[in-house]
Formats: sequence, C-alpha cells, structure tokens
Amino acid sequence: MIISNRLKNQHLLWRAAFGPMAENAESLDTIAPKKMWELLLKTSEKIPEKFNVAKNFADEYSADGTKMADLQKKELTKEQKKEIQQQSREDLKKLNIQWLNTMINSEAQLREKMSLFWHGHFACRINNGFFQQELLQLIRENALGNFKDILRGVSKSAAMIQFLNNQQNKKQHPNENFAREVMELFTMGRGNYSENDIKEAARAFTGWGFNIKGEFIFRVNQHDDGSKTVLNKTGNFDGDDIINLLLEQKQTAKFITKKIYKYFVNDTIDEAKAEWLSNRFYKNNYDLKKLLEDIFTSDWFYDEKNIGTRIKSPVELLAGIRRLLPMEMENDQSQLLFQRTLGQILFYPPNVAGWPGGKSWIDSSSLMLRLRIPQIITANEALEIKPKDDDDVMMGQMMSDNFKRKKDLLKQGTAKIDWTIVNKIFEKVPRENLLQKIKDTVLQTKSQLSNTVLDKYLNTESRENYIKSVIVNVMSTPEYQLC
Amino acid sequence: MVIKRKEFLQIGSLATASLMLPKFLKAFERPMMVPPGNKVMVVIQFSGGNDGLNTVIPVRNDIYYKERPKLGIVKESSLLLTDEVGLNPALVAFKDLYNDGSLSILNSVGYPNPDRSHFRSMDIWQSASASNEYVNTGWVGRYLDAQCKGCDKPTQAMELDDVLSLALKGSENKGLAFKDPKKLFNTSNGKYFKDINSNHQQGEETIDYLYKTMSATLSSAEYIYQQSKAHPSNETYPDTNLGKDLKTIASLIFSDINTKVYYVSLGSFDTHVNQQNQQTRLFTELNDAIKAFTTDLKKNNRFQDVMMMTFSEFGRRVSQNASGGTDHGTASNMFFISGGLKEKGLLNAMPDLADLNEGDLKHKVDFKSVYATLLNKWLGADDKLILGTQFPQLNFI
Repeated sequence: MIISNRLKNQHLLWRAAFGPMAENAESLDTIAPKKMWELLLKTSEKIPEKFNVAKNFADEYSADGTKMADLQKKELTKEQKKEIQQQSREDLKKLNIQWLNTMINSEAQLREKMSLFWHGHFACRINNGFFQQELLQLIRENALGNFKDILRGVSKSAAMIQFLNNQQNKKQHPNENFAREVMELFTMGRGNYSENDIKEAARAFTGWGFNIKGEFIFRVNQHDDGSKTVLNKTGNFDGDDIINLLLEQKQTAKFITKKIYKYFVNDTIDEAKAEWLSNRFYKNNYDLKKLLEDIFTSDWFYDEKNIGTRIKSPVELLAGIRRLLPMEMENDQSQLLFQRTLGQILFYPPNVAGWPGGKSWIDSSSLMLRLRIPQIITANEALEIKPKDDDDVMMGQMMSDNFKRKKDLLKQGTAKIDWTIVNKIFEKVPRENLLQKIKDTVLQTKSQLSNTVLDKYLNTESRENYIKSVIVNVMSTPEYQLC
Repeated sequence: MVIKRKEFLQIGSLATASLMLPKFLKAFERPMMVPPGNKVMVVIQFSGGNDGLNTVIPVRNDIYYKERPKLGIVKESSLLLTDEVGLNPALVAFKDLYNDGSLSILNSVGYPNPDRSHFRSMDIWQSASASNEYVNTGWVGRYLDAQCKGCDKPTQAMELDDVLSLALKGSENKGLAFKDPKKLFNTSNGKYFKDINSNHQQGEETIDYLYKTMSATLSSAEYIYQQSKAHPSNETYPDTNLGKDLKTIASLIFSDINTKVYYVSLGSFDTHVNQQNQQTRLFTELNDAIKAFTTDLKKNNRFQDVMMMTFSEFGRRVSQNASGGTDHGTASNMFFISGGLKEKGLLNAMPDLADLNEGDLKHKVDFKSVYATLLNKWLGADDKLILGTQFPQLNFI
C-alpha cells in the first residue's frame, strides 16, 4: 500500500481530530503531516469556553431562603424532585447536542477529541445536568494538561463523588466504591493492588463530599484520621495522599498510556512502543501534551497496520460524516436517536468502565444501521427504529407525553446537506479521476471498493449528482466504519 | 413422505418417534440441520424491576400486609396456588400452567451486594458478572462463543428488538436482533450490499470482521424470513407487542431454523407510582401472550422442547411508598414454563419477610445458578466455561 501524504494527513485527522473537514479537504495533498500536527496543537491552545445549558438549582433556590433550606435538608416535595429530575434530563440532552456540535465545528479538534477520551475514561452516569456540565468543563480544560490535575479534579467533582457514592463514605460506615474504581479504572488497572488496599484507601477518602452547590467539601468529622496501609506504605493518609500514592506508581503511567494508545493508535497494543511511551510519560511527570506529541510525531503512527484499522465509535462516525458533509440538522432529536441506537450516548456510559469500544460497537443491527445512515441523512429520510427504553431515564413514566413526542419525531427528516461546499472540494478534479479521488478522500482502508461494482450504482445525470452518489455509496460500506 | 410436514405435526402426540421422521430425512438434504426435539430457550425480560411480592403473593404473611396496607393483594383476589401462596390476579394462564405441572417458581433470586440502579443491575444480570465486576459480553453471547465456532449464521440466538442487548453479545459471536422477519429482510436486501459483499477480497482482520458480520446478516435475514414463512403459526395471538413477538417465535420454532435462544423484553415495570394499574396492564399482556404461545406449542407438540424463563433486574422494596408504588429493591422471583420441567410448582420457600436487609429481601439463590442449570441441562453447554465459575445447579431441569 502506498501511504500518500493525503492518507497520512487524513489518518492524523481521524485519530487526533474528528476527521477531515470539507473546507480544508483539498489542502491535504500538500501540507506536511508534521505541520498538520503543529496546527492541531495550536488550534487547541485556548481554554475552551464553558457550556452553560444546565440549570443549577442551588442558584435558583438560594434566592429563596426557605427553598434553599429544603434543598439542603433534602426535604424536597415530590413535585420539586420530579421537576429537578426532568429538568436534568432535558439539560443533559442540551449538553449532549452542544458538545457534539462542538466536536464537529470547533477548531480545537485535538482538545475535544482528547476530552471524549477522558469522558469515557472517567465514565460518570448521574441524572444531574449541572454536575455533569461542571465535570465536562473540568475535563475539557485539562484534557491536554497534566493527568495529575485531571485525576484529582475528577475525584473531587460532585458528579464523580455522587456517582461512586463517596458522599456515603463515612468513618463509621466506609463505602469502598470510589476507592475501588480509582484503582481499577482510573489509575492502575486490575491485579495491581489488593482488596486490603481498597479497604484502607476507602478509609482515607472518608469525609470527601460536596455541598449543595456542587463544590468539594471535606467533612472533617466524617474522616477517619487513623493510620492506614496502602500499597505497602503506612501513614495517617487522607484522600489526596492516596491519589499521590497512586500517581507514584509506574503502573499508573503504564495503564493510562496503554489506554491512550488503544484510543489513538491501535486496539492491539505494541508492547515495546507502549513501554517506551509510558516511561517517558512517567518521566515527564504525566504531561499529556508531551505524550501525544510522542505518539503523533512518531514514524510508526503512520505504519500501514495503524491506518484504517480502527472501528469508529458512533460519535466519531456521526461527527465524521457531518464534518465532510456540512449540514443543517432538522432536529436535535435525531442526533440523540442515532447515538442511542448505535450504542453510545454521551453522558450515559454503559457503566463506570466506559464504552468498551472496538468490535463491541458492531453487531448485525448496529452494522446495518451504520450502513444505512448516509442514505438516511442524505435523502432526509426518517429513522424508523425504536431504541430500547431506558428505565433510569424514564423513571417509570413509560407513557408520558415526553415519550410520545419522542416517538413522533422519529418520523421527521434528519438533515439538509450543503452540497455546494462538498462539490467545491472536487472542483479541479477531472471527471475520469473523480471516483478514485472521492474514494481516497472518504476512506482510510487498504481494502478497496471495486470501481466496477460502484459504477453500477452511480448517478451520472450531472456532475453534482455523480459526486453525491459516489459519496453516499462509498460511505455506506464496511470500509467507512474504519479509520 | 406423502403427508406434508405441517399436517403431520397436527396429528400431535400420536407417535413421538415417527414425528421425528420428516426432519430426520430432511437432515440429509442440508447440513447444519436442527436435531429432532431441538431444545429451545425463550428468555422474557421484565425491564424496570418487577415487584416480585405482588407477583407471587405471600397471602398469609402479616408482615406483607402490614408493610403494604394499600398495595397488598388480599388472599381472596389472588389466584391461590397453596394455602400460603397466591398469584397476581392477572396471571390466570399461569395458574392453569401451574395446575398443569408446566410452571415452576423460584423465589429470592438475586446476587451478593445488589445494585439498585436499573442499568447497572441489568448489566449484571445480562453479563452474569459479580456486582463489582465489569464484563463486556453477555451470558448468551458467551454461549454462542462456546458453541458456535465456525457457525455461518448468527441465528443461534435472536432478540425480538431493533437493538441487540448485551446479553446476546459474545466476544466473537453475537446474536441477531430484529423486530419483524419481513422488515429485517427488506432493510438488508439491498442489492448494493450483496454486491460489495461478494466483491470483498480477504484482507486485514478488522475489515474482514465487518464483512463477515454483514455477510452473515444478509444471509440470515433471508434465512429467517424464509423460515418464518415455512410453517407460520395458525394460533390467534393478542395484538400486543409481546403477542406478536411470541407468534414470530412460535413460527420459527415450528420451522427448521437452528435457533436455540430467543430473547424478548416487556416493560416498564418501574412502578414507583400507581403500581397496581401498571403491573396489571403488563401482566395482562404477558398472560394473554403466554396463553396463546403455550397453547400453540402444545398443539404442535413442541411444548416439551421449549423452556421459558422470566427475570427482572431487581425486585422492589417490601414496604410500599407514599405514591401507591414501590421503590427499587433486590431479590425477586423467576418463572419457568415448559412441558419438560423435572421439578414443578414452588421450587423453594417464600421469601422471609422477617429477615430483611435494610428493608430489602435477602437473596437465597444466585441467578447464575439458574443460568448454569439452563446452559448445562437444557442447552447441553459447558456452563463453567461460559460463566467462569462453577455454580451449583438446580433440579427443575
């Protein structure tokens, strides 16, 4: 396989970003990948603007002294609770759409792509839009910074404390949930600590909680300040000490590096490369930018075995289509529906371990839907698929208005594509080279679709129709599921 | 064979041995044929957490009525199985099946350290994992992995739904989800997909995996559609989702398809508010569909080959809440329905309401023991390999 300059750039853009964009697809033949990487870094420098869509009930209620007191004592009426829960669900939808749109339109591609990694790594599923919004901001701000800050910040976020029950972790009744997951999923991985380490670490995290505004608080009287032994060290540890202990372990750098390697490079880990990367990551004091630089400026990143061999996650697939085909979405609901039916809803990871990724994205139904999506979107078709009910989201309100409305929306169209921008990409390409050129722009795989087969399905009425039909057909393939 | 297969089957239980004959002969025509008397499992998932105590009711338990002054179902309106135990009034057909010897009830099924979140607890049930373990494959999926090396079609396990559940996802093999054989056939009948499929050259592993999945789906869609039309059920089913699903399943069971596991869901049983109406509505749908399905299976002499199992991700709290409902609980009961049950009726004691864990039932049977039993004794599979641990087996099969 000849690895052209274009292929290299597209490879970088699919992995370190959400795929090539219509507006600059043409320039990919000439620009050097090294230069492209620098551009990705530069455009992600700024601290991202915060999403501000979720309602903070503490704000509203603090204006009203009595309500605030109710909230604090958790003596809300049933109606108030219901209102908060419904509002939160709506807020999470808004947050979902706003972030997805940002992944597609923001120039800070690397930052958003890395944030999506952390969103899966620090998987958190709670029905509190405001806490989720705060957690996401923390992740986006620190996505390319230092792993130490991200780990500490997430561990002290109201969202994670609530999700992993540390609010209930008290001296008299330790709750081990957070202590277990911080070791198993956030830092070292299974098999590198004992059950006793978890027990002892849980004691150190007692007293970590949050207040009504979602701010971290340390409740001294609930903290167990006795001596603990964790990972062969003994002391009167508190939560921060444990996090420091975990960061001291080389295994933490190894675990995080391997996961990042799988996300950006290949599901099959090259042990020697991972070892080299993780040693440097540890030595560089968990500097994430340096780790990413090591990956994306290496020669092996562009090895044939790493190109076009990774299954796109549903979010990558949808974002990728929308970046190459600029479109106006007819309604936000269809975006959520695609996520639900393909198995990746932002803010609703399947469990605390996040989305498993790789082949687990693919089964008969999800693959056939993936293959039909380009057709559904470009023909502005309705999506007549019913996702599974989610009892955590529905809260027993199966037949509520909300549910009926959602069902009706499935019958509406999905999007309107601006084909003039797309046509412009291929403006200078002569007719006889069009098919190949479009294939080279859309696909990353070594496996090539046969031109003779494609030819049978193409619309030759006009140049515009031809381009459109090539793109839709080339996207409706197993090859397009890979990047 | 002069007698057409369907007519032949309608002769019923006249002669079990000769009944196998047409299939046996056909077995020479096609490879991958289903063995005669193919054992089939139908899993019915109650999504949302079904209230076990109002399903199988302890009609002489004072604690039950004390904790549920409004919601408790009185002895008189329950369908009495014994002096102590009654069924929910909506489950009339279940009472008949009980009298018939084709219903078993297993009480207090759950797992250690129960989780009260729907998605997490459902994950635990579907993946058959411990509550502090995260497993990305399901128990039926791993059954496929174990049984299906080299299977060319993913029709061994099928879910009647648009989206496939974790339960049916293995690491190498996955079940197939569809709502309706015809719709499945129509959406995967594109000439284009067939064309690119036949032109694919073997290459790198991931792309081959995708083509393999696509190719299997295309051929299965056709296979399922053909099979669903081969011996369609004549029985009248209720016009409900579950009714339609079970009719589709019956038609497939009567065909020669190689399916071992069917998976359907009913819900939502998340009855925080107005439990009685909601549970009655769902149980009526369940009852009427099961009635038609079991009648159908009996008429076609397949009832002894089919094992139905119901489960929910958790039961509900013993005490009612203030909104005429119940909140998330822990252990619950399971039904088994089949003409081939070895042990019938109540398989174990009713839950001990005097011995609770913070207001919730303590589990007495790990659900993984049920899976082990079904996998090993009904499907003839290696339960230890699939579940990772040897769980004690039960005697209802």
